[in-house]
Amino acid sequence: MGVGIEVRGLNAWYGKNLALKSIDMTVPANHVTAVIGPSGCGKSTFVRCLNRMHETVREARAEGVVKVGEMEVYGPGTDPVQIRRRIGMVFQKPNPFPTMSIYDNVAAGLRLNGFRNRKQMDELVERSLKLSALWDEVKDTLHKKSGASLSGGQQQRLCIARSLAVEPEVLLMDEPASALDPISTSKIEELIFQLKQHYTVVIVTHNMQQAARVAEFTGFFLMGSLIEYDKTEKIFTTPADKRTEDYITGRFG
Amino acid sequence: MPDPTNGAVTKPVSLYRRAMNQAATAFAILAAILVIVPLLAIFVYLLIKGVGALDWAFLTQTPKPVGEAGGGMANAIVGSGVILGIASLIGIPVGIGCGVYLAEYARGRLGDVVRFTADVLNGVPSIVIGIAVYSLIVVRQKHFSAFSGGIALAIMMVPTVARATEEMLLMVPNNVREAAFGLGIPKWRTTLSITLRTASAGVITGCMLAFARIAGETAPLLFTAFGNQFWNKNPNQPTAALPLQIYTYAISPYDEWHRQAWAGALILIIMIVVAVAAVRLTTSRGTLKGAS
Repeated sequence: MGVGIEVRGLNAWYGKNLALKSIDMTVPANHVTAVIGPSGCGKSTFVRCLNRMHETVREARAEGVVKVGEMEVYGPGTDPVQIRRRIGMVFQKPNPFPTMSIYDNVAAGLRLNGFRNRKQMDELVERSLKLSALWDEVKDTLHKKSGASLSGGQQQRLCIARSLAVEPEVLLMDEPASALDPISTSKIEELIFQLKQHYTVVIVTHNMQQAARVAEFTGFFLMGSLIEYDKTEKIFTTPADKRTEDYITGRFG
Repeated sequence: MPDPTNGAVTKPVSLYRRAMNQAATAFAILAAILVIVPLLAIFVYLLIKGVGALDWAFLTQTPKPVGEAGGGMANAIVGSGVILGIASLIGIPVGIGCGVYLAEYARGRLGDVVRFTADVLNGVPSIVIGIAVYSLIVVRQKHFSAFSGGIALAIMMVPTVARATEEMLLMVPNNVREAAFGLGIPKWRTTLSITLRTASAGVITGCMLAFARIAGETAPLLFTAFGNQFWNKNPNQPTAALPLQIYTYAISPYDEWHRQAWAGALILIIMIVVAVAAVRLTTSRGTLKGAS
């Protein structure tokens, strides 16, 4: 089951450059929440702060309170590696491990975290590939083909399966469909819709129609601040802030 | 048919551009041929000169005293194998470790110092390394040995392997590392099982280049392994090596020894080719369809 996310006073820096300014946001469990905004507004940085990926960039740091379920993400003594095991992430560009087979790609998270049971691993790989709607396309070439040999859309679903295999509670998706064609995109969107039964999903997107299609809640970021956060319907029909309205009507960004 | 480009694409290409295109292609082909010719020439020449002295005895017997016909370089072939084995066992792990440090962990000063040192070490003449190992190990032990020879060659391997590993690791896109971090895989595990594995083809090529380079080294062995006319199974004793044997025989005044030197050189080249090919074959066997 998914868990909710509480963000209070989150600031993030790249060197001396303040990229996120005191963000407060509550992401409900088992729902899809979209994060929209123009390029460079901090939306990717925001989700990368949720699983402490942000700090893997040189000279980047973050401060504030992030609670994922009962877990204090920025608590003293919290191990970022443990956090990332419980919060899966799918990136903008499909990034399968190029030298690994399809099976090994999905199993990588389990195997490299010391999971050894072969039978259970087979089951988890199959379940994850079915969840990500890739199973039928790859079940005959699981061990023969490299993950990099798949098409872009398939690679992205492989990456989703890889994230799901470690059974996270939250799935962060950083523009998961922006490099894909419309058919692959609709497959991924359908998938996101399915996933919220088991997971809390936060999706960053450039595409406002996509946010409207998949998300129950939407947050609008601008210049590192969260301008407005509400039900998706509300954001797209009667936004409270003038800047949100300008953005969704295409006046800038 | 309507043509929105107004014929810009279908117009014939000018004679000048066609000529330039062909000149560039011809130059590239010529350069490629120039690379292959010396290697082929050396190999064919060695074959012609060396194959006469090459027989079963050459591969199985130790050298005969001057004046006696026959004998072989079996001890030198095995000795070379032992010395190169010791060198690879030390040089490759240290070199790869150093390359991993440079690519994945080094931040700031220490990284630059290590990188600079590796580049300088790469440029140190091999005979200087031989003398250094001689004074550091051979003089203290008071005898020559395969160990000291292996260490001298390992020192020559490290910078090549390290820099090749570093460059190959830096070519692995960062999103591969991020994918692993995102799964909650610790950094050391990511480096070993994901990044290094992704770069493995290039790293292996680097190791093979380093191996091929030291396999023919003579100078560092003169002061360390020293050479031996007899069988020696103890790596802590003076040991024969092909390059040394070739050197000794080639500067001797005897025709018989000259012929054997050619045969030795031929064997040395074949050994290098076989070793490199074997590593290539065994490591590429597991490659998957469509892997990049």
